[in-house]
Formats: sequence, C-alpha cells, structure tokens
Amino acid sequence: MFTSVLAAAVRSGTPLLFAALGEILTERSGVLNLGLEGLMLIGAVTGFVGAYTFHNVYLAFLLAVLVGGAFAFIHAFMSITLRVNQVVSGLALTMLGMGISGTIGRRYIGEVIPRFSEIPLPYLSNIPIIGKAFFNHDILVYLSYILTVFLFYFIFRTKAGMTLRAVGEEPSAADSLGINVFLVRYLATVIGGAITAAGGAYLSLAYTSMWIENMSAGRGWIAIALVIFAAWEPFKAMIGSYLFGGVMAIQLRLQAGGKVNVSANLLMMLPYVVTLLAMVLFSFSKTFRQKIGAPSALGIPYSREEKT
Amino acid sequence: MGPLLVMKNIVKRFPGILALNKVNFDLFEGEVHALLGENGAGKTTLMNILYGLYRMDEGEIFYRGEKVKIHSPSQALALGIGMVQQHFTLIPSFTVAENVMLSTRRFERNINDVIDRIRKISEEYELRIDPNARIWQMSVGERQRVEILKLLYTNAKVVILDEPTAVLTPQETKALFRAIRLMIKNGAGVVFISHKLKEVIEISDRVTVLKNGEIVGTLKKGEYSEKKLARMMVGRNVVFQIERKPANPRREVLRVENVRALNDKGFTALNGINLKVREGEILGVAGVAGNGQRELAEVITGLREVSSGRIIFYDEDITRESVSKRISLGISYIPQDRKEIATCPNLSVAENLFLKDKKRVFWFDRRKILDTVKTLIEKYSIITPDPLKPVKLLSGGNIQKVVVAREFELHPKLIIAEHPTRGLDVASMEFVYRSLLEARDRGVAILLLAGDLDEIFTLSDRVVVIYEGRIVGEVEPDPSNLEKIGLMMAGVVNV
Amino acid sequence: MYRVKVEKRLEIPRYFSVLISLFSITISLILMGITIWATTGKFSNTLEAYKEMFSWPFIPECGLSDTIQKMIPLMLTGLGLTIVFRMRIWNIGAEGQLYLGAMATTWGALFLLKDFQNPLVVPILLILGTLAGAFWGAIPGVLKAFLNLDEIVATLMLNYIAYYWVNYLIYGPWKDPHGYNFPLTAIFPEHTWLPSIGDTGIHLGIFIAFGMAVIVYILMNKTRWGFDLKVIGDNEKAAKYAGINTKKNIIFAMMLSGALAGLAGAIQMLGVQHRLQHGFSPGYGYTGIIIAWLSRLNPWATILVSFLFGGLIVGSEQLQIIMRIPISLINVLQGIILLSLLASETIFRYRIRIVKR
Repeated sequence: MFTSVLAAAVRSGTPLLFAALGEILTERSGVLNLGLEGLMLIGAVTGFVGAYTFHNVYLAFLLAVLVGGAFAFIHAFMSITLRVNQVVSGLALTMLGMGISGTIGRRYIGEVIPRFSEIPLPYLSNIPIIGKAFFNHDILVYLSYILTVFLFYFIFRTKAGMTLRAVGEEPSAADSLGINVFLVRYLATVIGGAITAAGGAYLSLAYTSMWIENMSAGRGWIAIALVIFAAWEPFKAMIGSYLFGGVMAIQLRLQAGGKVNVSANLLMMLPYVVTLLAMVLFSFSKTFRQKIGAPSALGIPYSREEKT
Repeated sequence: MGPLLVMKNIVKRFPGILALNKVNFDLFEGEVHALLGENGAGKTTLMNILYGLYRMDEGEIFYRGEKVKIHSPSQALALGIGMVQQHFTLIPSFTVAENVMLSTRRFERNINDVIDRIRKISEEYELRIDPNARIWQMSVGERQRVEILKLLYTNAKVVILDEPTAVLTPQETKALFRAIRLMIKNGAGVVFISHKLKEVIEISDRVTVLKNGEIVGTLKKGEYSEKKLARMMVGRNVVFQIERKPANPRREVLRVENVRALNDKGFTALNGINLKVREGEILGVAGVAGNGQRELAEVITGLREVSSGRIIFYDEDITRESVSKRISLGISYIPQDRKEIATCPNLSVAENLFLKDKKRVFWFDRRKILDTVKTLIEKYSIITPDPLKPVKLLSGGNIQKVVVAREFELHPKLIIAEHPTRGLDVASMEFVYRSLLEARDRGVAILLLAGDLDEIFTLSDRVVVIYEGRIVGEVEPDPSNLEKIGLMMAGVVNV
Repeated sequence: MYRVKVEKRLEIPRYFSVLISLFSITISLILMGITIWATTGKFSNTLEAYKEMFSWPFIPECGLSDTIQKMIPLMLTGLGLTIVFRMRIWNIGAEGQLYLGAMATTWGALFLLKDFQNPLVVPILLILGTLAGAFWGAIPGVLKAFLNLDEIVATLMLNYIAYYWVNYLIYGPWKDPHGYNFPLTAIFPEHTWLPSIGDTGIHLGIFIAFGMAVIVYILMNKTRWGFDLKVIGDNEKAAKYAGINTKKNIIFAMMLSGALAGLAGAIQMLGVQHRLQHGFSPGYGYTGIIIAWLSRLNPWATILVSFLFGGLIVGSEQLQIIMRIPISLINVLQGIILLSLLASETIFRYRIRIVKR
C-alpha cells in the first residue's frame, strides 16, 4: 500500500517537478517567470492536439516543448529587452495561456488519444518497495530524473552554470566580465519555459490522456512556491515535488475511496492549504533565507547605461 | 616608441548633457597617467568608453597604433585593457578563484591551476590574497586587491584604476602604490583616476585635468603643483579654507553606551561602542568603510535594533524608541547613499522635501505647499527647473541639497551626517560644509561619519577612530596626526 | 549621412499615460480581429464581430444596463488594487476576497438576518461582506508584513481555498433544497435585495461604487496616509528612514483592497444574483488587475476603464451567443491587452532621433 502511494506521489509530482526545474533555470538567471500556469496549459493542449493529429505521443511531446519555448519567448522579450514589470508580464502570460489553451482545446474535449505507457526498468523495478515506486513509470518520468541530475551538474559543476549564477547574482559584474547577460537570460527563460511546458504535456499525455480546460489546477503556482522551498536546487525540488504530489495523490484517494466522509471540495483545498502553511513555516527559518537566498538580482531588469 | 593607447576627439552625450566634448587622451607603456577632475567632470565616462561599457558618439581609439572599436568589456579585455571600477564586479557568493575563472576567456579545465596561478601573482605583487576565500567575507580593501589580481591574471597591458583610494586606509594606499609601481616596471600603462590632489602628485608621471567634459591641460611630472592643479580643476583657488570658529560645546546631547549590534548578515557590527556628542560640537568618526559606521548611524536613528547597551538622548533612554519618535525628538540623519534611502527617486522634489512632515493629514492647500517649497529652494540654492518633476533628474549635488534642506528644516538637535559630500562637486561640498558649521554654531550636535580624512579635519572639533565596531582612540583633528589615525583605522592601537 | 538613434526620454508627459492605454487597446482589438478572422476564416465575420462588440453593450435597450451592472464589481476591485499596486504589492487575491465577501453576505442574508425586516439590513449585509473581504486580504497582508512572505503565491493559494470553500457550501450545507440539485443556494429574501433605479435594472450599487471612487481618490491623493503608501511603493527603505511604519501600512492597504473586493462580491449577491451560485464571478478579481493597470492607478480613470471593460465583457458574451466564439477568448484578449500595455509603457519611454553623422 505504501509503495502504491509512493508511486502515485511520483506520478502526481512529475508535472510539478518539470515546472519547478524549468523555473529554477529561469530564476537562476535573474528572471522571474510567473506565467507557469499558462505555460503548462499551453504544453498540455499542444501535446494533446499533437497526439490527436499525429497519433504519435513522442512527436506531440516534442511539439509541446517547442511551443512552450516559443511562448516563454514572449515573456523573455518583455522582461529582458523591454524591461517591463516581470510580475505583471508573467500574469499576462498566464491569462494568455489559459485563454489560448481554452480556445484551442474546446473542440478536443472528450476526444481520445494514445498515451505514454509504463516501461518497467529491468532489474531496478524489482527492488522491493523502491522499485515499484520509482522505476515502474512511463518514459517521461525517467526523463525527469535525468533532467534533475543534469540540471544539478550543469548549474553547480560547469563553467556555463557558473556563468548562469553570476548573471542571476550580479548582472553588472557579469557584464563587466564580458558575459552577454541578455543572451544568458534569454536562453534560461526560453529553455526553462520549454521544460515547464513539458510538465503540462505530461498532464495530458501521460498522467491522464484527456484534455480538460484549466487542467493544471494551480500546479503552476505551486511550482513557483516549490522553487523557493527548494532553494533553487534541483534535487531539493525533486523531493518537494514528490511531497506535494503525495498530498495531491492522497487527496484523490480519499475522495475516491469514500472511506473518509469529507466533502470532495474540502479535500481539494488540501494542496493549496499545505502550500500556504509550508510557505509560512518556511519563512520562519530566517537563517535559511539569509545564507542560501534567492539569486540576488531576481526580478530586476538589467540595463547598462542607466544614468538615472 | 609611440604611445600604447590613443583616444582622439571623444564626444559623448547623455539625454540633456554633453558629458565629453572632443577629449584627447593617450598612454605610454610603463607610465602612470592620472586623470584628475571633480566629481562629474567626465573621467569615469571617458574610461567607461575605453572599457566598452559606453559607446562614444564621435571619436576614435587607437591601440598599439591600430584603430579599434571597443563595444563591450570582453573586447576590451581581449585587447588587454582592464578596469578596476568604483563598484566592484565580483560575485559575493563565489570564491576568489571562481571569480577569476569567470573572468577568463580561456577554458580553464582545472580550478587548481587557477588557484596556483593566483597564488603566484599574489606573491609577485604583494597582494596577499587567499584564492579560496569567498568575496562576501572580505573587506573592501581586500576586494579591490582581488579586482587588481583579476586584471593581472589576464595580462592586462592597460590598467585603469577608478578612484581606488576612496576605500583604503593610508597604509593600504601605500601598498597599492607599491603594486602600481611593480606593474609599470613590468611594462603596463596605468590610468589613475582621482580627485585627490596629493595622491595624484605622488604617484603619477603625467596628469590630465578634465573640467565639465573638456580637457583643461596635460602636464608632465615637475610641471605641476597642488595649487596649480586645483585651479585647473575648478577654475579658482579652491583648496579648502573653511572658517571654523572655535567650538563652544554645551550640554551633552547624545551618549552611546556600550552598544552591541549585528549587521544584516548576522555578524557583529558594533562591539561595545561608546561615544558622546555635545551641543555645538562636531564629532568626527574616522574609519575605513565597513567598520560599523553605517550600523552606528542606524542604531542611533532607530533603523537598527540594539542587542545590548543604551542610547541616551538628553538624559532620556531612547534605545527602544521608534524611528518616527526619534525624528520628532529632533534626531536627523543625512545618509551616505542619498539615492538609496534618503530620497524617493520618482517622487517630486516637493514631495521629497515633505517626506518626514507628519503634521499634514490632509494635503488640501496646494498653493501653500508650493510656496513653502519655493522658499526652501531659494534658501538652499537648489537648482531645479520645476519642483514637481521627479527628484532623480537632479544632479547628485542638488539631490543632496534637497536632503540637507529637508533635514535642516526640521530644526534638529542632533544631526548624523554620513559621508555627506560623497560624489559632490566642489561648490556643493562647500555648501554642505558651511551648512553643517552654521548648524553647529547654532548649538546643534553633529556626528560626522566620513570616509575622507580631509573632510574630518576640516569640520571636526574632536576626532575618534572606529575599528571593528568600537572606538579605538581619540585624536586631535590635526593633519600631523595622519599617521596615527591611519594606524588606528587599520586596527593598530597604541597601548 | 544620417543615423537613427534611440534614446531615453528624460521625463514622460502626463498625457502619455492616456496614449499608452489607448495604444494598447487598439493593438489588442486588432489582434482580436485577426484571431477571429483566423478561426472563422471569413473577414466579414471580423467586421461583424467588431460591429456587435462596439454597439450592443452601449445601446440602452440592448446591453447598456448589463454593461453598467458589470462595471460595478470591476470598478470596485480595480479601485482596491490601485491602492496596493501603488505600493508595489501584487495582490492577485482579489477574486478570493470577492468570494469571501459573497460568502459572508450570503450567510447573513440566508441565516443571520433572514427574518429581520428592516431597512438597515442591506447596509449591514454589505458591511458584512466588506469585512469578510478585508479579513481575507489581511491574512496575506500580515504574512507579508511580518514574514516577508511572497504575496503573489499566498494570495493565489487563498483564491483557490476560497473557491473550494464556496463550492463546498453550495454543493453541501447551503444547497437549495428546491434547486433541483444544482450548485446554488436558495434565493435571498426580498428585503435583502438592493433596490434598483426605476425600471432600468440598474441597482443602487452604482452609487456605492462611485462613492468609493471618491473616497479612494481622497485617501490616495489628499491624505498623509496615501502619501506614505506612495513612498513605500517608490522606495521602501526611504519609507523606513522617514519613520513610516511600513508593516502597519502594508496590512492596512491589503485589508482595504480586500474590503473593496469583498464589497464587490456582496453587491453582486444583493444586487444582481440574489443567491450564491457556482461560477458567479467570471473572474472579476483577475480582470480588476487589468483595470487597475489600464487606469494607470488613477481612481478617476478606473470609472471610465471599468465601463469600457464591462462593455468588452458584455460584447464578448454577445459574440459567444451570436457567432459562437468561445468565451475563453476573453482571457486571450485580456492577456494581449496587458502585454501590449506593458510594451507600450516601455516604447513610450524612448524617442527616436535622426542624427547627422
């Protein structure tokens, strides 16, 4: 029983993980992208439509990732080149994503598509408890594992990662060192957005195989909080994603099982209440915030010749 | 042999200002060429163009005889031109080695190679740097040495130093000059930007004076004196001769008793500090930036909590009082960073003048407010086309006048002035000095936290030295005590 | 030889704000037209759509009363957000605060004051809703003031919580026994209804909304408190330096913003729907964000903007009915308006000069 809950937590947490990883990449460069909810929906609808049209989930996934990157490009352009208020821009992106996905997806509601099937990994899936929980999933989940490891090494063990962090901490210093701050931020935002959209595609292609309007149900926002909890580190984001995924999975079980006589709606509140409580508790640990804080230049547009 | 570097007819415009007007500058190998001028004369602008941070509107640059276009710092670095700016370009959370790695163009495979080379350079130029230390742990002087090390690591041929001694003790300045001499011995050319006459005369082989974006003249060593350079810089005999009447101190206004406090990072900033200021006197606090001056100002004004100790104001214990209460009691603060905390950049001049005015609940009478504003603008000679325009449009000097006007109009009993003339042109400096001395003659107590020893000597009646959060000694404000103060600032205390 | 140079303006003339808003709306409408053209394939459809959208909502016999009705909650939420946005506090929770207001008013109308026939009932119920909204805004306000908790995610989480709380009530304990199992409450007793003006169908809420605009204007521009908020928004450090109690002000501003959103919810209950039902708000709290931004944080402008936006929403609903254009298009439109607004803000900050080389 515990194993199946763990497995469900992994599946449920994977979209969160993709979203969080993408946002970690973006925020490490100093750009704040609040449009995750919209990005995930764009990813979900693109994936779904792609699978329906081409009958190929792999192609659909790729398409979703590319479209997600393009969508994130809008935010990149507004935040980096035009230097607008990143909070409002991210919100606008969310609205746009919700609107576009709702409009395009309307005619596909109720349709059926192929789905990513489970691929139990040879030896690994036979390990008691852990095997069934982690190694008996579809390929996208395995992709998220690889991505987590890759991002960790990239950010902390390569010179490119160091460049990324420098841009997020002190863009003026990075600029003076000859680093192209704009390019780094553009790449981080677009690629990060693409990864987030992958999380949305996971929702419509693997977690379920349907399209429902606004199916991300606030996961994008939870992912933003998650990035803070994870101190902008990929492995911590993984743990956090599965924890929250677990909460969501438990909530579904309680609802379906009917054993607990609580209204479905009150249970639906659970993930959001937990997120809020976690944020509050988190803020109490001030030392954490001081030592390993956010990238110092997060959310602040950079410009070289600002005399005023 | 021809010059290493030639800048010809450089023109640079900013919205509303002509920053550089057909400026010429050249540099030879193995020389120190100083760029002298007031704040705002255009020295940093000129070098920023050389370093690729700004684009010139007109002009040409020749490096080793060939015409070059420098559009970014990385291009400058590739040519061998490096700059140590006033604002450091170090990533605080990274180590020295990581910062150096970041600045090199070569693909460094192994960080240990970097560490070794850093140690070698550090030894050769007597910089004393630990490659594995993190930047945020280092003092300002150390950070500057890291900046210099970075340049030496990349074999820079042209080394630009922008106001390097502003943050150093007299001893550190000596060490810097030794390093500079070693650099030119190895064939580099050094551009030394400064507004400090004495140092320029000591270290440079040539001096070019800039005023309001134009060249006043270029002189070789032996052709100039302090007076001559001063006149070229400002256009008149400026060397400060401010009249300071003898002090007549009366009641004790402020007493700081054994105060301890932490800084933003959680480390001890004030370590049992004691001082007293009386009515009608100026107490100057000398010290290298980062030894607790900012925190001292903040605990007195209420912006920072005290962990232990007391703050007494006219016999009243105000240690736990709020900021607004202290303002109403008559404590005023002119901070170092006027843009950071003393003004709201996008609010108008008028609004900034009323920032601390709690009495007006309903701002109905617009005309009366504007009249008051006009009076203040005249009284304090603030140059602004329109008091309703945002204050950030004003020059640094005029913004400071706004702050001074506001603080003085509160008729304070205690003024804490933290490096009040930083970045100001000479005229504004004189204005601030005169205002402070006038206030002191009227019986106001003034605590002067300055980085500039000249300023301390000009204004103070008494001088104490702060080091690592404590007062380590009191000295007479006499230039002959310079050596003694320098030692105290660096932590060497007489028994 | 000439060269084009882009340089930053020193200052921005006042009328530019208006230009910016107009410019962005124009861009959005053009984009909308293109979208309609793309999705329906015929240009005539686009012209038809424009005609419907610009006429229907503003003609008295057709959609005008609807427009005015929609204008009220938009204006109220927009005003509330103007207050906090000036402080650079991003209250995304107006929707949740609106829900709480509606919830509290419903409780009062159906339970507390059910039998209390008295002209004071309506004001009391409105105040109830306002207080509930203030409470929901106070929570993130306190968290932000004392823990520096990010208000964006906090208010959003509270939105979802409020949404499901209301859902729980209308699917559960408050469900109308005679409602054929639909997710809605019973109809409020008549004495709790907001009276209308003659037979125009416009309820008294309009006067409340206008009154609030005046109050907000006075608060923001004519009081020391409004000035304090401006200071906090421009430079928080300077605010502390000047002795302004930032914590108190943040909480107060959030409460006020929540209160206005709660009031909007209460008015929707008492003036329009007279029962709490699923989906009673088409996102007024979120649209309020655009209203506030489009009005450039000016209370008077909010009146005009919310009127026009009300028209926009009514027009879109018409399009859905007549031309079967999906309602989610409205989200797209809002997103585009916001983006073009942001973009035009930047573009107007610069000017182009032709310089001789």
